[in-house]
Amino acid sequence: MTTKDGRAASPNGDTQELDRVTIRFAGDSGDGSQVAGLQFTNTAALIGNDISTVPDFPAEIRAPAGSLPGVSSFQVSFSSYDIHTPGDAPDVLVAMNPAALKTNLPDLPKGGTVIVNTDEFTDANLRKAAYQANPLEDGNLSGYRIIEVPITSMNARALKDSGLNTKQIDRSKNFFALGLMFWLYERPLDPTLRWIEQKFSKNPAVAKANADTLKAGYHFGETAELFPVHYRVPKADLAPGRYRSITGNEATALGFLAASRLTGRPLFYGSYPITPASDILQELARFKNFGVKTFQAEDEISAIGSAIGAAFGGCLGLTGTSGPGLALKSESLGLAVMVELPVVVAMIQRSGPSTGMPTKTEQADLLQALFGRNGECPVAIVAPATPAECFDMAIEAFRIALHHMVPTIFLSDGYLGTSSEPWRLPSVADLPTIHVDFATDPSSFHPYSRDPETLARPWAIPGTPGLEHRIGGLEKADVTGNVNYDAENHDRMVRFRAEKVTRIANDIPDLKLVGDEEGSLLVLGWGSTYGPALSAVQRARARGLAVSHGHLRYLNPFPSNLGDVLSRFDRILIPEMNLGQLLMLVRARYLVDAIGLNQVTGRPFKIAQIEQKINELIRSKVTVA
Amino acid sequence: MTTESIAEPVPLARKDFVSDQEVRWCPGCGDYSILAQTQKLMPDLGIPREKIVFISGIGCSSRLPYYMNTYGFHSIHGRAPTIATGLKASRPDLQVWVITGDGDGLSIGGNHLLHILRRNVDVVIVLFNNRIYGLTKGQYSPTSELGKRTKSSPMGTIDHPVNPLSVALGAEASFVARSLDIDVHHLLATLDRAAHHKGTSFVEVYQNCNVFNDGAFMEFADKDVRPDRTITLEHGKPLVFGKDRNKGVRLNGTTPEVVDLGNGIGEGDLLIHDETRDDPAVAYILSRMQYPQYPVPMGVFRAVQRPTYDDLMEQQIQDAISREGEGDLEALLNEGDTWTVE
Repeated sequence: MTTKDGRAASPNGDTQELDRVTIRFAGDSGDGSQVAGLQFTNTAALIGNDISTVPDFPAEIRAPAGSLPGVSSFQVSFSSYDIHTPGDAPDVLVAMNPAALKTNLPDLPKGGTVIVNTDEFTDANLRKAAYQANPLEDGNLSGYRIIEVPITSMNARALKDSGLNTKQIDRSKNFFALGLMFWLYERPLDPTLRWIEQKFSKNPAVAKANADTLKAGYHFGETAELFPVHYRVPKADLAPGRYRSITGNEATALGFLAASRLTGRPLFYGSYPITPASDILQELARFKNFGVKTFQAEDEISAIGSAIGAAFGGCLGLTGTSGPGLALKSESLGLAVMVELPVVVAMIQRSGPSTGMPTKTEQADLLQALFGRNGECPVAIVAPATPAECFDMAIEAFRIALHHMVPTIFLSDGYLGTSSEPWRLPSVADLPTIHVDFATDPSSFHPYSRDPETLARPWAIPGTPGLEHRIGGLEKADVTGNVNYDAENHDRMVRFRAEKVTRIANDIPDLKLVGDEEGSLLVLGWGSTYGPALSAVQRARARGLAVSHGHLRYLNPFPSNLGDVLSRFDRILIPEMNLGQLLMLVRARYLVDAIGLNQVTGRPFKIAQIEQKINELIRSKVTVA
Repeated sequence: MTTESIAEPVPLARKDFVSDQEVRWCPGCGDYSILAQTQKLMPDLGIPREKIVFISGIGCSSRLPYYMNTYGFHSIHGRAPTIATGLKASRPDLQVWVITGDGDGLSIGGNHLLHILRRNVDVVIVLFNNRIYGLTKGQYSPTSELGKRTKSSPMGTIDHPVNPLSVALGAEASFVARSLDIDVHHLLATLDRAAHHKGTSFVEVYQNCNVFNDGAFMEFADKDVRPDRTITLEHGKPLVFGKDRNKGVRLNGTTPEVVDLGNGIGEGDLLIHDETRDDPAVAYILSRMQYPQYPVPMGVFRAVQRPTYDDLMEQQIQDAISREGEGDLEALLNEGDTWTVE
């Protein structure tokens, strides 16, 4: 927690003003930490804070109750200024049981606050969490500010007349904890009360119980005097407009839907369930009244095959997956390259290789996206930087695919997909226009003739009289599209397919920097490293360092000015959640001695890590000079 | 497949469905016959050429789309059903054909075949079964008989073969049939039935590969022995066969028995073929009949009506629109808790 002038918060009367707080709700995966976190987030957003969140789920659906693998958490950072990450570390940890305390305490800085549900610190639960002794009693928590609250029993007391059974009552305890947090940070209860009423409208007894215990938690904070103060985080100075809180995957689904509206072409989504991309399938399946067709395929190959079939038929053919699924789709994606159809692949990366860590994030599929197919097989790649930006880049993926008749990968990751931020709602009228032109004239039609500017081939869809033609995975003769094995033709076609992707650079914006156009250090990132990299650069610049930040949203092709931008800095730092994939590309393409900052922990970078590397590089630069 | 809603009185002839591409199968290949019957059938369907799409995988059979003057897609090995599903689901107005083979459809693409059949996507699937890998020059296929010596099985195969029709019936395909490349009238009639069935039509065609597996079916398919060694299934009729129509098949429990007619056994004792039976069990029993123990059944094993995947998908969209109204993007974006910053 920091105050406006950066000093640590100290009690000063009843209310202390802070400019940013990060809270982590942690509990058993059945404890409702995600619900509590989301409600806290929505309320913070509604009263005008900037927010950023990240959930952390176990891979198991329901690991044994009270066990370490069963812990689920939700971190929300809320602030009175523009923030780009959900916080390097929580200021406050709400631990609903010993396992939640044990797995999350290492992330809490010394001096941090822990609100513990003491009722759950039973011998049995301590054993499940592999504690030898009760941490609340053995002095090991002395560096922290521990607030002991018997949440389970107070919740039970508050609901003793609810008519619900013990198990049902126990399920409401997350709302007690949430109520307490609402009091501590001076938040209104109304938005959550409204949400409870809607969510549990079919079960009024449960709705009343949740509402009652939420209020009980709030009043407990008011009267218990456990906290000498409570805190206020004022409104952030956000750009005027209408906002909602949105996760990356939700924004992605809406972006693809918008692309369908903007083109007037129906959206077809073929996908096989895979973490962390399944949200997109579930979201799009809700949009049937928009004419969206979702197909839950028998496997990843069928998913992309169906999207190719839909694209052949003139629809927006879309598939979605994560790393293992992209590996399975690679042959089909090669087919899409060969037949030059505008298929889009939404690729939500996760930790690999193989099954890896499905619920953890990573950026290690950049090279797979770029090169993971047989033959010279280029596709376009775009990568959103923030959850809300997933909306714009999803539209952009289809704009590029359709305008250039090229398969396009939308490269997101689990962190972007599941974390949330405020989204300033666009007006549909302000969204980009995307023209779709089908070939219709038999007199001038050749399946593999090319637009002189983009090299795109015509999109001639079944149902068009006189344009009957055959396409396929065998090499095509230039112009006619007939099967062709000639040496020169193959060389020409390989180069056409490459050049077609290269020319997309004429159709995308230049790379713009935050900070000066030249200097001693450029921090260059892509994807979800945007938040921590930008924040680290802003902090370094605030300390007078000559650092700039560049963020690539187009990974194939790169923006045309990238080489020029790189040449204006003494050093280039590329932070990535992999072992140096963009680094390899930048070094190979531009012959610059860029430096990597690499982490593959399944977690996003902390601002401090990147800031520290910036400091190191600037310092070493000074030493050399 | 349905042909309703596609009515345009443009009389087309077989030649209108012949593309300008040179046919490149080996001389004498059974594929020529299947191509010829397919091209011959097309004008009779009354569907405009541009509304017809042939989709194939990889293998000799899968070259067929190049020779059809319709829309065509020669895709990758085993995946034609996936492309066909995406195309038909998104464009129900098209008539979609899938051309595949025993390796393409039952080995590398086995999973997709199973799923398109159970979903009942309204397409016609023609599986050319020659019991060998021809395009890769002579390795055994999933339908090769046990012990078959091929280039990749010099001591004979140890793979138990898959029975295409049993698999299709196991997936509860709504239309299942078998025909023979050299029995051109039967082949044309079978393809015609398949084209008019609404739902997935699965047709296995015994097809001779005269280079790598010549005469694979001749034991029972040769014109001279065919009447005695095959049996043509006809809906509502008893299972009678033989040059002299003097033999039949009856069921003893779940076991078929070949019987001579006469001596107290009449047609009334025989199994009456009912292709519309909802329960696929009897069709499955028929699919297990193999020469020399039994005559090989040819014709339509099963033809039942159930909702198609593409219709159900379209119906959900119409239902959603009538329930919630046509989607409004602006309203959707503004859904849920929103707040305004002045």
